[in-house]
Amino acid sequence: MNTSSPAALSIDGVRKAYGAVQALNGLRLDIRQGEFFGLLGPNGAGKSTLISIISGLIRADEGTVSVLGHDTVRDWRAARRQLGVVPQELVFDPFFKVVDLLRIQAGYYGCGREVWPWIDEMLERLELGNKRTAMMRSLSGGMKRRVLIAQALVHRPPVVILDEPTAGVDVELRRTLWRFMRDLHSRGTTVVLTTHYLEEAQEMCERIAIVDKGQLRIVETTEGLLNRHPFRFLTLKLADDARLPSQLAELVTSEKAGSIELKLDRERHPIASVFAGLKAAGVEIADVSTREPDLEDIFVELTTKSASGVAS
Amino acid sequence: MSPNQLGFYTLLKKEVMRFWSVLGQTVTAPVLTALLYLLVFAQALQGRVVTGYDGVSYTQFLLPGLVMMTVLQNAFANTSSSLAQSKVNGNLVFLLMAPIGPIEMFLAYVGAALVRALLVALAMLAVAGPLVGLPIANPVALLAMFLLAGSALAVLGMIAGIVSTKFDHLAAFSNFIITPLSFLSGVFYSVHSLPPIWFTASHLNPFFYMIDGFRYGFFGHADVSIWLSLGWTAGFFVLMATICLWMLVTGYKLRK
Repeated sequence: MNTSSPAALSIDGVRKAYGAVQALNGLRLDIRQGEFFGLLGPNGAGKSTLISIISGLIRADEGTVSVLGHDTVRDWRAARRQLGVVPQELVFDPFFKVVDLLRIQAGYYGCGREVWPWIDEMLERLELGNKRTAMMRSLSGGMKRRVLIAQALVHRPPVVILDEPTAGVDVELRRTLWRFMRDLHSRGTTVVLTTHYLEEAQEMCERIAIVDKGQLRIVETTEGLLNRHPFRFLTLKLADDARLPSQLAELVTSEKAGSIELKLDRERHPIASVFAGLKAAGVEIADVSTREPDLEDIFVELTTKSASGVAS
Repeated sequence: MSPNQLGFYTLLKKEVMRFWSVLGQTVTAPVLTALLYLLVFAQALQGRVVTGYDGVSYTQFLLPGLVMMTVLQNAFANTSSSLAQSKVNGNLVFLLMAPIGPIEMFLAYVGAALVRALLVALAMLAVAGPLVGLPIANPVALLAMFLLAGSALAVLGMIAGIVSTKFDHLAAFSNFIITPLSFLSGVFYSVHSLPPIWFTASHLNPFFYMIDGFRYGFFGHADVSIWLSLGWTAGFFVLMATICLWMLVTGYKLRK
């Protein structure tokens, strides 16, 4: 990666308030060119507000955003030409056929017939080939979602933002979409993904930022984020309705169908100490398994800390 | 064609395609309605109403007014319904995220509305003109009044579309502004036949000047000077355009 080239997205001190509610509170973040980047956060964290500011739909109260070095306010035309955004809502123009809608969208970006082969390729890749002359209003929800994705990509933007693209879609579309996005990414496109399906972010993204209450909680490589978690999980099935000794009971995170999951600090609670405690209490184990933390555990950890921090 | 020009041209084409795809609703229906007005009013009032125009029958007097009224209503309807529908549906974001500037957006919406208004006007004149025997005294005045008045109402439609957050708001614009001003503009009568108070009130209605100036283009004379009609219509257009461009530049009710 060329470190002297401008960031794909540079967000500097962005603030946005709706009355008394501070949606974004001085957010700073750089997303490098060519990254597959995850932007995560709970509902109301400010992700969609940030995406709307980047795409020019909302104006920030303070701060600047640039796309590949182009300021989204001062140099808005160039910034918008570099950017493709798949909106979260399933919005569409009911008056047009699929292929006409995509050609119109390309025209808005100053692209003419030279992108028509690309539009045809996208229709095939997104499995919309047999719907090219269908009216938008006649498509199913999943098909409309595919068209939304194609609409964001018609002008071949080097930076693509996907705002919860797989919300409520079937497995087939998810696979099609991720295959397509991986391919675009391998050809140099910067992809920014927001999703509530954290396993998707863990699988697809190289780096992840977690935003909560309008502030950046953390930005880290996915691997680094997973490794920095000091916990692991131990699932036990106890024999003959035995009960856990009290010093282990406080480590229980869930109890389901006779299985008990314990959250263990790697330093303070080595697995051997758990087994020693069970043995000392005379508790027999019927089954045991361990699980490393996933992104969801880290997400919950960070956003829960944030919530309790604010509450205090 | 530069990318910016292509963006403008695409939006213009898209707006024309939008009304073209429902031509029965956007062109045929208003033409039929206006022709029914012509038929009914001409049958009921021919020979009973003094037009104030020498050698001009009531039906001849009526047709230019009806054409201009239909032009105004359709120019307004085209921009207002397109913008309001895109806002309510949410698909306006695809236009707002694109590198299309306020001026290009303004010109494209107004241009498409003028295409629809022209189609409606030509259809009415093609059907009713030969039957009524309408002269054309000043084509330049006709064209100027059509362009200025059609553009003014197209821009007013844009303002209505931007301000409206639901279809009720749009209906209020249409029902409480466009329809009353159209019907009280002298389409169906000469304002000289009105009582003094309504005569004065008519002269404060910009639609009156739009219709009167358009009628001048056909007959070579009208209730007021063509220059006054052109001045009022141009002034109204400039006022509407200033408000609309301010909305587009600042993102009023479009960008939060």
